[in-house]
Formats: sequence, C-alpha cells, structure tokens
Amino acid sequence: WFYRCRSLPLACTRSYYAETVSRLGSQQDTQSSEYQENYERMKVLVDELKSRTEKVKLGGGEKARRLHTSRGKLLPRERIDRLLDPGTPFLEFSQFAAYELYGKEEVPAGGILTGIGRVSGVECVIVANDATVKGGTYFPVTVKKHLRAQEIAQQNNLPCIYLVDSGGANLPRQAEVFPDRDHFGRIFYNQARLSSEGISQIAVVMGSCTAGGAYVPAMADESIIVRKQGTIFLGGPPLVKAATGEEVSAEDLGGADLHCKKSGVTDHYALDDNHALHLARKAVRNLNYRKKLDVTTEPVEAPLYPADELYGIVGANLKRNFDVREVIARVVDGSKFDEFKAFYGDTLVTGFSRIFGYPVGIIGNNGVLFSESAKKGTHFIELCCQRNIPLIFLQNITGFMVGREYEAGGIAKDGAKMVTAVACANVPKITVLIGGSYGAGNYGMCGRAYSPRFLYMWPNSRISVMGGEQAATVLATITKDQRAREGKEFTAEQEAAMKKPIVERFEAEGSPYFSSARLWDDGIIDPADTRLVLGLSLSAALNAPTKKTRFGVFRM
Amino acid sequence: RGVRFVSGEVGRIEKVLIANRGEIACRVMRTAKKMGVRSVAVYSDADRDSMHVAMQSYLSMEKVLEVAKKSGSHAVHPGYGFLSENTEFAEACKQEGIIFIGPPSSAIRDMGIKSTSKYIMSAAGVPIIGGYHGEDQSNERLQAEAAQIGFPVMIKAVRGGGGKLESARREARKSFNDDVMLVEKFVEDPRHVEVQVFGDMHGNVVYLFERDCSVQRRHQKIIEEAPGVRRKLGEAAVKAAKAVNYVGAGTVEFIMDAQHNFYFMEMNTRLQVEHPVSEMITGTDLVEWQLRVAAGERLPLLQDDIILRGHSFEARIYAEDPNNDFLPGAGPLLHLSTPAADQHTRIETGVREGDEVSAHYDPMIAKLVVWGEDRSAALKKLRYCLRQYNIVGLNTNIDFLLSLSGHPEFEAGNVTTSFIPQYYADLFPAPRAPSGETICQAALGLVLQERRHTQEFVQASSDPFSPFGSSSGWRSNIQYNRNMTLQLGDKKVEVVVGYSKDGSYTMQLGEEVYHVTGEVELEGGASFLHCSVNGVKSRPKLVILDSTVHLFSTEGSAQVSVPVPKYLAAVSGAGAQGGAVAPMTGTIEKVMVKAGDTVAVGDALMVMNAMKMEHTIRAPKAGVIKRVFFSEGSQANRHAPLIELEEEEEVEEGSSQ
Repeated sequence: WFYRCRSLPLACTRSYYAETVSRLGSQQDTQSSEYQENYERMKVLVDELKSRTEKVKLGGGEKARRLHTSRGKLLPRERIDRLLDPGTPFLEFSQFAAYELYGKEEVPAGGILTGIGRVSGVECVIVANDATVKGGTYFPVTVKKHLRAQEIAQQNNLPCIYLVDSGGANLPRQAEVFPDRDHFGRIFYNQARLSSEGISQIAVVMGSCTAGGAYVPAMADESIIVRKQGTIFLGGPPLVKAATGEEVSAEDLGGADLHCKKSGVTDHYALDDNHALHLARKAVRNLNYRKKLDVTTEPVEAPLYPADELYGIVGANLKRNFDVREVIARVVDGSKFDEFKAFYGDTLVTGFSRIFGYPVGIIGNNGVLFSESAKKGTHFIELCCQRNIPLIFLQNITGFMVGREYEAGGIAKDGAKMVTAVACANVPKITVLIGGSYGAGNYGMCGRAYSPRFLYMWPNSRISVMGGEQAATVLATITKDQRAREGKEFTAEQEAAMKKPIVERFEAEGSPYFSSARLWDDGIIDPADTRLVLGLSLSAALNAPTKKTRFGVFRM
Repeated sequence: RGVRFVSGEVGRIEKVLIANRGEIACRVMRTAKKMGVRSVAVYSDADRDSMHVAMQSYLSMEKVLEVAKKSGSHAVHPGYGFLSENTEFAEACKQEGIIFIGPPSSAIRDMGIKSTSKYIMSAAGVPIIGGYHGEDQSNERLQAEAAQIGFPVMIKAVRGGGGKLESARREARKSFNDDVMLVEKFVEDPRHVEVQVFGDMHGNVVYLFERDCSVQRRHQKIIEEAPGVRRKLGEAAVKAAKAVNYVGAGTVEFIMDAQHNFYFMEMNTRLQVEHPVSEMITGTDLVEWQLRVAAGERLPLLQDDIILRGHSFEARIYAEDPNNDFLPGAGPLLHLSTPAADQHTRIETGVREGDEVSAHYDPMIAKLVVWGEDRSAALKKLRYCLRQYNIVGLNTNIDFLLSLSGHPEFEAGNVTTSFIPQYYADLFPAPRAPSGETICQAALGLVLQERRHTQEFVQASSDPFSPFGSSSGWRSNIQYNRNMTLQLGDKKVEVVVGYSKDGSYTMQLGEEVYHVTGEVELEGGASFLHCSVNGVKSRPKLVILDSTVHLFSTEGSAQVSVPVPKYLAAVSGAGAQGGAVAPMTGTIEKVMVKAGDTVAVGDALMVMNAMKMEHTIRAPKAGVIKRVFFSEGSQANRHAPLIELEEEEEVEEGSSQ
C-alpha cells in the first residue's frame, strides 16, 4: 500500500487518531415501526423497478428474439456483454425510455441500449440498436436516447462504439424524427464533431444500416462489418428496384464483401458477431488512449452502514422528513464526511467526502431553501470549482422559502446566486433525485436543465413544478376567485372534483417512470446501488480534462 | 563423508562420470554428492536442456571414455540401459584404468547370454524352466523342441527381447547383431519376482529381499513392490550370483507360478529402475554400496544385518496414453506438481516443469516411491501421493496407476503378469463425463482467472480504485446472466453464470441450478480452487493453460476447455481447423499426399516414426489438401499441424485477421 502511495499521485490517508474518528451517520433502530413501514414501502417500489426492468430486458419479446438468434446473431445485451471486459460492470442509461409513451406500441428501452463500460480497459459509451424492437427503427425517443449517449460521450470525453442493427428512421413518425435540429441528422453531426474533438467513433455493423443509418459506419473513424449480416446502403433493394429497375440482393448491394473489398466503406471483415466484437475490442486497444486523472484518489473504504437501510430511512412518503446525512453516510467512503458550515443555513448540507476514492463535494437538502442555505451552497460550489472537486447533488427539495419576509430578504437574488453557481460550475456534476424535486429548488439543485453529467432518480422520487396538492389548491383558489367575481358559487364538492384530476395528473406526470420514458433523466436506480452508480459515473466523468470555471455575475 | 578406504587394494573414486540421463543420473549424483564424490555428467544433443545438466548418444563407448579421461574421472557409473550391460564397455574401461561401476565383464557376458546363464544356473542348483538353448537354430529344430517341451512355449532372443519367432529374430538382429533364439516353457499367468543381490570383491554376496514386478504393460514394469512373496528366493539368488563370481548390484529374476514354484529367468547385471523399493525396506543406499564396492570395500552389511522393515511401492509415471494402447508420448511439461518428498516418499525424476519429455528415449517422467509399515499402509500412501502428482501438457498414466492400484485384486496382492488384460474392463472404465459440480468448478476457475487479469490491469493503471475495474458483473436493476460455452471432450455444454450481489454465482446447466462461491488460493507454487458448490466444499488443484481448465482432486482429474472461437482458430493455423496434427514428437517417415489431392476421412496422409514405432496419420475429414507442412525425414513436434485442408468457403481472404 505504501509502495502504491509513492508510485501513484495519491493523497495518502494520514491515519492520525483524530482523523479516524470523524464519521457520519447513526445506527438505525431497524425494529421501529416507522423504519419498518418505510422499508416495506420502498422495497415494494424497488421490487417493482426490478420486475419492470427484467421485462424491458427482454426487448421485443420471445418471437422477435428467437427470429434474431436463429440468424446467428447475438442479442444486443449479449453483444454488449461480450464487448466489455469480461465480468466488469455496465452502467446502463434510460432503461425506461419510451415506457408507456407510444400508447399500445411498446418500444422497450426505446429500441436502443446505451451505457458506459470498459472495453480493453477504456471506458467507452456503447450504443446498441435492439433489432428485436420494431426492427431497431428510430422512434423519437430512440433518437433522443442516441443523442443523449453522444452528449455523455462529448461531456466526459469517452470513445463511442456503435453496434448498429437498425432499419433507420421509423417512417410513420418521420415528422418527429427527421426535420428538427435534435433529430436523426444530429447523430451524424455529433459523430463528426466528436471525432473532431478526438473522441473516437467506432461502428460495428451487425445488421442493416439503411439510408441515413448508412452514415453511422460511414462517419465512423473505424468500422467493422459482419459478413452475411451487416449491410450498408443508401437505398435498399426495394428502393433500387423502384428507382432504376435493377434487381440486386442486399448482400451484393451492401454486404461485407462489397464494403471491405470494393467500396472501402468498412475497414474490418468479421466472420460473425463474436469476431466483430473481438475486432472492436482490438480497435479500442489501438486508440492509444490513457485516462488521466486530474484528482487525487484514496484507497476505497466501504460505508459503515448497510446500503439497504436507505429504504428504512427514506421510505416512500415524501412528506416525511429524513436527515440527508443518514443518506450520505450510506453512500460515501467509510461514512466519512467533512461538513462545511454545519451550523449555518442548515437546511442545506454541504461537505467534502470521497466515493470509490474520488473526491466529491456533496450538497444535500434538509428542508426548504432559505437565503442562508442558498448563499452557503453558492460558497461551497465556488470552493469545489476552485479545487476541481466533482459535485454531487442529493435532491429532496420542495423549493425556496416563500412569504413576504423572505422576498423582502432578497431570497430571489440569493436563490439566483446558487442557480448561477450551479449553471456555471464546470466540475463534473451528478444529480440524484432522492425525494421531491419541485420548482426553483430543482434549478438550484442542478436539475436536468443545468446539464449535470448524469442525473438519476430513485423510484420514490417525484419531479414537477410544484406538488400536486399545491397546484390543485392554487388552481382551485384562482377558480374560486374568478367564480366569486362572476358572483357564482363554488361548492366544496365542485372544488374537490376540480382538484382530484389535477392531483392525479401531477402524481402521474411527476413519476420517475414518466420522466424516464421522456429522457428527463438518465435512469431510475435502486437506492441501494446509489454509491456504485455514483462511483461509476464519477469514474466516467473524470475522463474529461478539467475545465476552468468562470462564474457569471452574482447579484449581491 | 568420503569413501572409506580400508585396505591397500581399495581404489580411489573421487570423481565419477555418469554415463546416463534423466532420473537415474540425478539419483547417482545425489549419492555421489552425499559421499563427497564429484560427478561429471554427459548429455546428448537431444537432452541439452534436461535437468541432470544442461555427445551424440549415451551408447557411444568411445565418447564416454574420452570424456571420462578428459575429466579425470576415476570411475564410470553406467546407470541402467545404455552401456550398463555392455561387456565390451566394461572391458574397455578396465583397459583404460577406469573403474566400471558394475560386475566383472565375465559376469555380464555369462548372464547376458540366456542359454549360458541357464546352463550355469542349472549347474549351481538354481531351479530353471524347461527349454531348448541349443546350437541348431533352424526354424524346424526350434519347432520340434517346442513340441517336446509342451506348448505353450516362449521364444526369446538369447541376447534379449521376446515375441514371435520371425519378428523376434528380426528385432534381435537389428538390436544386437545376433539372432540366436531359445525356446522355453511358457508359465501361464506367472508372477514376476526378482531378488536384489549385492556382491563385493571379497566373495561376499547378500540379498536384499524380493521385489514383485508382475504388473506390466508392453512388457515393461509399471508398478513394483517390496518385499514380494516370501519363498527361498533369496538363497537361490545368492547362489546364482555366486555362480558367476558376481560383484556389485544385480537382480536375479524369477517367474513364479500360481503354486509359488519359481524358476530362474535371467540376471540383470546392473542397478535396476526399481531398486528404490529395496532400499526403502532395508534402509540402504544401493548407489553408495555400488561406489564402495567398486572402490574395493567390503559390503557395508552382511546378510544377518539386513533387516526387512515395512513395505514399499514404486509407481512409474510415464508419458503415455493408457487409453490408446499405452502409446508413448512426448511433449512439454506445461504444469508439474508433485507430492512433497519426505523420509517415506521419494520422487525420482530428471525433469522439471517447463521441460520437454523427449521422444528419443524412454518416456518415463518419474518414479514415485513410498514406504509404509505394512502393505496396506504403503498402498494407501501410494494412492494418496499419486493424486498429488499432477501433470499438464502431455498424457500420462497417473489416472491409470490410480485405477490399477485401487483395484481390489491388486489390493489383495493377487498380481500376475497378465493382470492388465485380465482386468481390462475394470481398469479402463468407460470415460465418465465430468459431473455438474466439476463443470461449475471449471467455470468458476475461468471467471476467477478473468477477475485476476482485470485486477492486474487495474492495479497497474493510473486509476486503481474505479468501480469499473471490479469483476462484479453489476448491471443496473437486472441480474447479469452470462452465457458460457464449455467444451467437454467432443461435447459442448452451455453454462449460464449469474453474478449475485454477494459475490457468489449461480450456475445453470440445463435444468440444474448450482450455487457456487470460491477463491483461488496459492500454496507452494500451485493454485487451489477453494470453492463451494451447493454447499459442498472442495479444494481441487487448478491449472489453467491456454483455454483448458485442469482440475485435480482426490476424485481424480478433469479437463474442461473453452472452445476456440472460429476466428481465432483460423488465425492459429490449420492445426485445430480440420487439418491433421502430429500425435507426438517424431520423424516423418513417409508423406503420401501432396497439395491439391482430394482425401476422404481416414485416408493415410503420412507415416511418422516416434518412440521406435510407426504411426499412420489419417485425414480427420474429407477435403482438398491445401498445404503439406513437412517433408520426409523432417522432425515434427507434438500437436504440430501436418496438413492444411482447404476451407469449404473462401472467406478468410477478406478478413483483417
């Protein structure tokens, strides 16, 4: 261990006595009825999450899977498994993309799998079409998920590997996938731009790449094609026949032999899927890429408390308070947390810690944000940016405090300071929604609009501009006032009838599944996996070189 | 402790040349070192890298003598085989003033010619078997004599070897330039019992009890024990030795029928391969005795001082394939681990891990010698040690030795020279497919090896703590199930390996699900898979070489491979992909095909000569010969591709591989 300290740029832990005692968290009374009720309710949500994911995992269903494998092709998940360094983790994104989004049409995982895993020791973004889902065609959310994966690659400087097996744009939905800026064409724009930034683009053609799809391998730095399975052409055999009357087979029109021997569109010839993935691994080895960490690391220490205690601490009732420190204690290395400004603005908890040896600055909510909390948060973000420490936001926020006193105290400008700091911070930011995420609190706590590198949701979390109850009450109050002006009556029954659908709608639209289906986040995670997901995300994020932060004007 | 010189007639042996190789060279050196005698080793070109050191051949008298003189050796120890029973060599040594560690040349000659030896033995009152040893060597006369002795009879070359008349003659002519034959009564299902004798230059001759060497294959011993069946063999053997004024270590061989009648067969005028079992039961060092006696000393012990204690077994570990008619093999010892040697366990070997077992000589890798208070204790110890004798890289007879030594009739001591054919079915049980538990162990071994590779990479990287470097197989919200294909013989097996959160694995084989946990432990340079399969703990030795997992446990050994992917098979050459490969290292005698020829399955392609035997290499599948890699007279290593067949499809050209 000491040898490692000398040979690597580590900040060694100095085990002086005083530094071994600052631990966070408390032993939970796991027998208490509150703990047990919380635990049970969260467990139900986690079990539901897992059973739904297991279903999504099956892609386009038994029949489509059988047809796929009968052609000698590997299923997309198995392709990823074999591409990765064997037995290493895969951080998959947006498993619930398109979940209950297209009415009766089920598009599991949006018909595309994305994530980060190690290939030949290099963390890569992997994008794999699932041809068992609607032939791998691009629905609007498929495009969004593909683009998000490229954005992750861009922000975190990760090479991209595209396992292509897609029929191209979903024709009935062409209007939602073709014309706009963030539509299909953006994929190839991104490929060009990413390549120009030195982010390698590797395509493995394992099925069709028709029309626009042909540009994925064509735009790649290096491409591999599987014989008798991969095809690349701008117009498929039916289109060719229609246009020129020429009759040609798919293989002759755009198969591996043509593209490796004549056209030169692809560079490597693979005998089968396994061969192609083996060649892709070799391509990554030839990138001559080395991850350069700009942060210190320390040996990893597990938290002092079991991760599943988070179920019992947090539960599913958003109205019930919990101390975010108990969450931090179950996420960070050795449950060690050096809290910053512990007695000031105490509805926001800030402090330094480590996750899998990487330094982090953690910002967690312990109640509504006041001016002090916002100013403390701003200060802490400034510290982290100055020191190049990644930021972790643990969101459980109803918003900024309202009321005359607080408006007069300038909570708007203090909130704006925090929002400015969050928006401008260039250190890696990772957000986890561990409870509610409402209103401007979402902004200050680095919601999706603030471009965190990664954003995950717990299954109990909710996101909306305000709580359903509050929204219903606001709308009911406005209606009641309007009716009163018109001299009309607004009975309690009418009010209840009006509020009910609003509450229900907010409830449904605030659900993490609703959010994930639309790619407002990068995935729903089991609270017990939070530490690992953050560790993996940090590891991926630290591939990108440090960018200096320049803050905007802070309104004083 | 040097050589004690007790009288003026004692010679001086301060340096001994060992004209032999392998384990016996190492064995002699060990005693020489113990006695403070310097030793000189010689080696042939074929042996440059072997353990006993690093000349054309050990049979070249001129060269051996030349080296002996140059190196200033006082004596030559010939070991066994090679020059050990060569009268001319013993004479030549004498003329050059070098002590030949062995009996006088007259004794070698007398005992080397079977008809003479029988005559002498008969005259000395040693029981001999009825037979014809006459001068008239016509086929007719031999046949008539045979009829008179009464069938079955045995025909042997007077100077060694046995077999059918014509082929025995041919062999004898080839090997000894002498085809004089003898005819003897054939004893059915005999035991082969021999007596270790020792004589000195002062007329003393002692015996060190008997050895039973009945269990043989290809007329070669594989397992020996001492003592054997007690009879008045010792006295008879001493009589035999005295009859030829024997000096040094010798072995008098008898055959014994079911009624324990014994008959003199021959006397071997050298130290034998199996001498350690006699040493073990008498607490002697026969090489030391040889050196002392050769120097003119008296025998260290006289008959009454030689006490028999306990029981000893020797198992010969051969590079051979018992399932393929004990076809001798050669090749690299990719992995070699042995039981620990101690006072009661000797491992006599001349090879180490990484050495090549040469096809040029005897394929014996080692001798495992054990001692116990009684026969059953010694046998238990033998089996215990055999299980720890693990070799990867070439076929060995270790598993066969285990099934042999575990046979109830062997345990009961009912052994005869026809033991193997008699109990063939028991000794060669139909190969059992590895159990589900074994497959799980192999899969675990592979997964843990991958984990080690990942860890090694991660430790060397600049980011050693990243959770991406873990081998947890973690997947978000879903259980990671990994499809693994394993090769068991010619059968493929699918194993679905599930990575559980607690670091354990579930392994599904067909309908069966196993819960598997484990770690690899390193101990004494070997890896052990400390594992639990469905709660049953075990700790087999684990060796993973190339793509094959070898597991060695008290239940025996098992091999499970990862099939070589098609794309890699295409790269690694024609060998694995339908071409023919050399079964063992040898010389190509004849090539019957050329590029462009069409062959059918089973067509003869080449004839190889290895281990003095011809092997015909046949086409493993039908096809057109693309290339022939060897020409007549060239040397092919084991597993070397000999022939490449055309691929059915011309797909490889476009590959970037």
